[in-house]
Parts: sequence; structure tokens; C-alpha cells
Amino acid sequence: MKISFKLNKSPQTVEVADGNTPLLWIIRDVLDLKGTKFGCGKAACGACTIHVNGEAVRSCSYAVKFAEGKEITTIEGLGSEANPHPVQQAWIEEVVPQCGYCQPGFMMAAAAMLEKIPQPTDEDIDNNIINICRCATYYRMRKAIYKAAELQKEAARKIP
Amino acid sequence: MGKKKVSRRKFLIRGTLGTVGVLAVGAYLFRHPIRRSILSFANSADLSYIGETDDPILWFEITKDNLVLLHSPKVEMGQGTFTGLAQIAADELDVNMEQIRVVHAQTASGNIDGFSTGGSTSISSLWQPLRELAATMREMIKIEAAKKMGVDVGSLSTSQGSVSSGGNSMTYAEIADGVTEWEVPDTPQLKELKSYQFIGKPVPRVDLKEKVFGAPIFGMDAGMPDMLYGTVVRPSSIGARLGEVDASAAENMPGVVKVIREEDFVGVVAQSYPEAEKAKEAIKVNWITEKNWQTEDIEAMIQVGQGEPQTIQKEGKAKRILESSDQLISAEYSSPLGAHAQLEPNGALAYVDGDKVTVHISTQVIGLTRKEVADRLDLDPEQVNIIPTYLGGGFGRRLHTPHAVQAALMSKAVGKPVKYYFSRKEEFQHDMFRPPTHHLLKAVLGDDGLIQALEHNFSSGDVGFGSPLLPGIAEPILGADVGAIRGGFNQYGAIPNHRAVCWRVRLPFATSWWRSLGLLANTFAVESFIDELALKAGKDPVEFRLAQIQDDERGHRLKEVIKAAAEKAGWTDQVVNGKAMGFAASTDANTPCAQVAEVSIEGNEIKVHKVTCAIDPGMAVNPDQIRAQCEGSIIMGLSASMFERMQVENGELRPVIYGPYAMALMKHAPKEIEVVILENADKPGAVGEPPLGPIGAAIANAVFRLTGERLRSMPLALDQA
Ligand code: FES
Ligand code: FES
Repeated sequence: MKISFKLNKSPQTVEVADGNTPLLWIIRDVLDLKGTKFGCGKAACGACTIHVNGEAVRSCSYAVKFAEGKEITTIEGLGSEANPHPVQQAWIEEVVPQCGYCQPGFMMAAAAMLEKIPQPTDEDIDNNIINICRCATYYRMRKAIYKAAELQKEAARKIP
Repeated sequence: MGKKKVSRRKFLIRGTLGTVGVLAVGAYLFRHPIRRSILSFANSADLSYIGETDDPILWFEITKDNLVLLHSPKVEMGQGTFTGLAQIAADELDVNMEQIRVVHAQTASGNIDGFSTGGSTSISSLWQPLRELAATMREMIKIEAAKKMGVDVGSLSTSQGSVSSGGNSMTYAEIADGVTEWEVPDTPQLKELKSYQFIGKPVPRVDLKEKVFGAPIFGMDAGMPDMLYGTVVRPSSIGARLGEVDASAAENMPGVVKVIREEDFVGVVAQSYPEAEKAKEAIKVNWITEKNWQTEDIEAMIQVGQGEPQTIQKEGKAKRILESSDQLISAEYSSPLGAHAQLEPNGALAYVDGDKVTVHISTQVIGLTRKEVADRLDLDPEQVNIIPTYLGGGFGRRLHTPHAVQAALMSKAVGKPVKYYFSRKEEFQHDMFRPPTHHLLKAVLGDDGLIQALEHNFSSGDVGFGSPLLPGIAEPILGADVGAIRGGFNQYGAIPNHRAVCWRVRLPFATSWWRSLGLLANTFAVESFIDELALKAGKDPVEFRLAQIQDDERGHRLKEVIKAAAEKAGWTDQVVNGKAMGFAASTDANTPCAQVAEVSIEGNEIKVHKVTCAIDPGMAVNPDQIRAQCEGSIIMGLSASMFERMQVENGELRPVIYGPYAMALMKHAPKEIEVVILENADKPGAVGEPPLGPIGAAIANAVFRLTGERLRSMPLALDQA
């Protein structure tokens, strides 16, 4: 079957034999964007988190057939070196990553949370950021999320 | 340890495609006899960089755009080694941080670490050799610059990747261009520590951008043209051997290229990963198992008094005093089986092309990975090129890489590159676990209220023993498992009589290196017991510790971290606003570390609000990354101490997924972590593991102050006592 969606703003059509194939594998192995990670394949770690129409979704457990007509964003589309997303900027300023493997999933989850809750509390962060980081960089992630919220607020102020 | 300078004959020149000629290649060889006394080996763990060969090896290249590439024999697994190495090299090379790139050395470059990346030794072992290599290379560039510029070497100065004389300057790339014969000077004098610009500064990690923008840097991300996906059938049961196999259904499934039968495994190669996984499910294997193991069986084995004892430390007459005392204080502690649970699954991408093999892999043992692939395929090691990638977590899990061999065999069978990785269930069931432990502590207090005699008996599954990293022949030489005993020693040298004994137990499944090895469990037991003794003696736990530390350099450094942690935390043994502090300290690999945990009880849950950590890793190459390692170690140690536990149920290791395998999440991480770095040694020491030691005991000791309940088993739970 043919499935069409937008990936990081550009239209894509993929031909898949099985519409139940997790979107993660289509993104990684067919469309060759490796920033979205495989950690567990069971929606249990968050390493594969992407945005589907702005919502954080664990792509290892999201069948490709549901992507039809959707807007998909991965870490590669969140921001770029030239134009980083506030979350990425904050992640750099706070020097968050260690091994880095979980980090795209966390940044996608944090960005989605900040869309909904622009000024999160500790409790908001605890309840919404439930991915797993084995290097346990949680302490810096929390700081970076607060910084990203600040950066986002400043950026909003600048846009008249 | 003898210091060998960079030797002249070991430099040679090699041009590589895309580089303007050149530079520098050098071998730096140190052989390190493993036959050191167990105590010093285990306690100092200061393994030097071990070169493998007398042949020249590639350390640096200069590119056309004047970047220096440093080919690192150590891998980057999150510990920040690449950043530290870049700082060290940049300072002696006189280049900016922006002008240096660290890459993993492929085995084909010859720069192969003969042992491993692990044991918190990467920076300490390369500190001297890397500075000498970089300084030598800087002088080589100056010699060529003098020729090209027609001036005297003495008139040249170097800075920011350029050589200047008077008003003229040339970049390193311009100088290197076209040079085919390099003169190699004797190893130059290294710079004064205080003149370094980057060493000692909190420079940002060099891998930040790749990791923040999602670059394909991990083993899992590696790709090759025409690549296929493999998978290996694994048993769920402990100790299961391969019996009858029926793969007929799998062979005809969509996407399946081939089912591969080897003497020790069955694999499937398919067009995609999901297809390979589906086909694997369809393969019927009759697994032969001998025993239906249960958690109770394992717990019954891990008991002091069973297995093979080895005394690892002895001073005075502890045994006799303890046996004859009617004031004996004793307690038992235990820790569970733990998983690595690193986020990136194990795997490899291999391509066997005729008699050449290429393997992209996240590995901590580059040389061993190469040897195992070469041996199994009956090739010379030089015919196998291991291309190390960034590791999505190491923690000791990647000191064992038989999957590289399996990927190579699958590739050979289909004649194409094959990538294969573990499912998460396979990760949990086929981990090389942190062994469970049992500890029996005994002490007698003297009239002065200090410890007169102390004994630590502990039982552990294997850590170093049985690992391909330590050949079996080393076992009798070492006597006790160098991994299991980490942290098992008494660090309070003023206690007149003390003794530590490790009991080795052989478990029916693999246990091995897990970040900090025995340190986590041993420190939990010993430092909880020290707290018990302090309270029995009616003394403040911090004062009690300080009073029993000997007056030597080691003792001094330990005292200083204890004082610093207590001071920074505002130590008190009183409960304030429902919160109590717990104290613990450890010395691992010559790095002392003390921590204070501030804890409250909410409902039936232990809540850790703040951790203060004082650490003395010696000279701090990058204070920010030392902080990061402390923060991560504290939370990982908290996770292991409070949540994690593997069980054995009906012959299977469980759970097999995150969630049921409970780990610390964002909500469990302390909101405040303060790190104080002391530098009471003039060389960089261990950082990545020592701060995992104290946290478990610090939390348990705080809980005791709040509840009067002494938690003696990990994972810590309030209703267990
Ligand atoms: S890989 Fe999707 S949640 Fe773990
Ligand atoms: S940075 Fe390594 S798992 Fe999060």
C-alpha cells in the first residue's frame, strides 16, 4: 500500500507491504533519518519519540498506515544548527547529552510539552517527561527545559 | 610504572585521501604487566595506555582546512573522553578547540587500545602519552615551517594552528602540504600546567552538536549499500542449548533472504528489520535446559560461607578479636541482580567481502572484537577492520561482543553487509548482569567508641573472572575477582584490626562488568554498617569517620572530601522539616568521594531531594564534565539502589522490558545536586565510576534517621525490614 505524509515539512510517499509496520522503521530504514532511535520497540522508553500533528508519539508503536495525511516531525526537522529549536539551544547551553542516544526522544517530548505548557512547573515536567535516560542526565534536562521555556518566551516577545 | 617517551623511530608519515599530506603518526608503547598485587590493581586501577604493536600507528592527521583529526583509541560512550582528549591535545598542539576533531581510530589505523575503554581510565592513561605525542607533532611542524619559511626554528612560535616568525605566518595545513619526509625531534619538554588554556577549563563537550541535532553517529545508525538485516534466535531460558530447529515456515516468509545455521546459533537475514524479526518468531527451536532456575536458588547460592573465599585485605587480628568478643555487632546486607539497560541495543553491521571484513560497532573492546571475528573466520586480525562508533551507553555492557562474530557469519552467508541488533527482551535476558551480592559485617567497638576490629565478608557472582578480558590464567595470579572486590576494602586505615574476604560464587548465567563493578554494592553495605556503628558509639557519623582515617596522602584526600561534602551540605544529624541527611564515602580507583543525601518520606516512598557530592579525582581536566559524571552517577546509583532488580522465574530472567524493570525517571531525580571538586593530586584520576559508590548508603542512612528502620537490602523499600 501507498502512504503519503509530510516529513519535516516535505511531502513523502512510501510503498509498504504491511501497513502495520512501525513508523519508526520507515523513518530510519526507508527514509534514512537516523535521529529517531530504537530503544525498546514497546513504547516503554521514549527513544523513538516524534511529533505527529504536533503531538509527541512513540513511533516504534505507531503503525505507518496511521501516518496517512499527517504532519510528522523528527529531531532532524525540529531545528538545525543554523536555526535551532529553543529546546536544542537550551540543550547545548546546559551541555545535557552524555552518550546522547536517548536525547532526541527527550528533546521531542520536551518540545511537545512546551507547546502545550509554555511555562511548566517541576510537577509538569515530572508528569510529562517520562522517557528513560540510562546515563541519567535528568538533572541537566530539567534545567534545560526551564531554559528552553525562557528562550521560547523571549522569542515570542520578539515577534511583533 | 616506567615512563617511556615517544620514541623517534616510531614516527612516520602517512598521507590520507582528503588530507593535505599528512601528519603524524607515532607509536606509544607501554606494556603493563597484569601481575600486580591484587590490592594495588583493584584499588588504584591506574592502567596505563597499552599499545598493541611496535608498528607505527596513526594518531593525528591535518586536513586541508587546517583541522587536526585526533584518532582516539578510546571510545566515547557518554563519559566525555573525546572532550578531555581534545583539550589535552589542543593545548600541546597549540590549536583551538574548534580546530580539533576527535574520531574513533579504526583498527586499520593501527591505533588500537590493547585492553578496553573502561575502569574510568581513559583520561588518566592517556594524559602523559597524548601530551607527549601532541608536543612532538607541534615540534615536527615547526621544523618543516623553518625550512619553508627559511628561518631558524628557534624564531618560531605556534598558536591557533599557525606557525609565525616575525610578521609571517603559515597554517599547519600549509606547512604539512607536500612534506614527505618528516624530521622527528626528541620528545620536547611539556608545557607548565598553568600555561594550559583548555586543560582545567569547563569547555563544552565536543560532541554536543551531533548529539543535539540527531546525527547518525551510533552503531545502530551505521549503514552500507545493499545492506540486509539479520537477527539471531535466542532462548528465553537460562543455560538453554540449541536442539532441533525447524525453520521451514520462516524460510518462505516475506522478505526473508536466508536462514543461517551455525553450530552455536540460528539466524535469519531479511530485507528489513521487521521482516527479520517476524521470521525469527516463526522458527521453532527445541531448547535443551537442565534446570528450572528460580530467584530463591540464586539467593541460596549468594551467601557468605559458600563458594571460594579469598582474603583481600588483612591488618592486625580482626578475626581473633571478633571471635572472642561478647560485644560483637554484626549485620547482613544484600544487593540484587541488576541489568545494564543501556539505551542502544547491542548489535553490529558487518560486511565480509572476500577475505576482508569490515565491522561497524559500538564496542568497548576494539582489539578483542577484532580478534574474535578474525579467529572465527580464520583470518588474520589485519584482515578485519573494526570501525568503532559512538556508544549509546556502555557501562561495561560492551566489553563483550560476540554479536560482531554473528553479524560477520551472517554477512558471509549472504555475501552482503548485514546489520543485526538485539531486541529489548534479548537485552534483558542476555545481559552480562551486575551480580547479586551478600555481605556479612562484624565489628567490635573499643573503649574510646571507635572501631577496634572490623570484618567484611562478601559473596558475589563473577565480575572480572570468566570475562574474555581477563584470561583464565590470570585468575590464580590475581586470587580474587578484581571487579567484585572494588569497594570491598576498608578505607579507614586507622582501624587497628580489619579484614575483608570475598567469596566467589559461580552462577548459572553470565554476570560481569557493570559500571563501578563491586563498588555500588560493597559501599552500600560497608558504609551503612559504619553508620550503624557510629550510632551505636553515640557519635556523629561524619566525626566518627574522620576519627578513623590514617594520616597519609590517601587518608588526607579522603578526609578532605568528607569535610567538604559535610560543609557544603550544611551537615546535621537532626531531622529538619521532615527531611534528614545521610552520609557515606568511598574510595575507588584512587578517587575518594563523599556524598550527603537529603531525604524525606512521602507516603510510603523515599524521596531524595538533594545530593551533595565532594570528589577528588586529582587534576580536573574538565570540571564541567566531572560534574556531569557525578550527576549521572548519583542518579544511576540511586536508580540501582532504589528500584532495579532482575528476577529468575521458572528458568527465565525477568522482567524483559523497561517499566517492569523499574528505573529512576525524571520524577525520581533529585532536584538539586551540588558537586564540589577537590584536586589534591597532580594528575587526572578516575571520574566515571567512583561517584556511584556512596549514594545507596547515603540514602539508606538518611532513611534510618527518619524512620528508625535500617534498610539492608537493595532495592531499598520501606516495608522490608
Ligand atoms: S523504542 Fe519506542 S518507546 Fe522505546
Ligand atoms: S544520554 Fe545516554 S541514555 Fe541518555
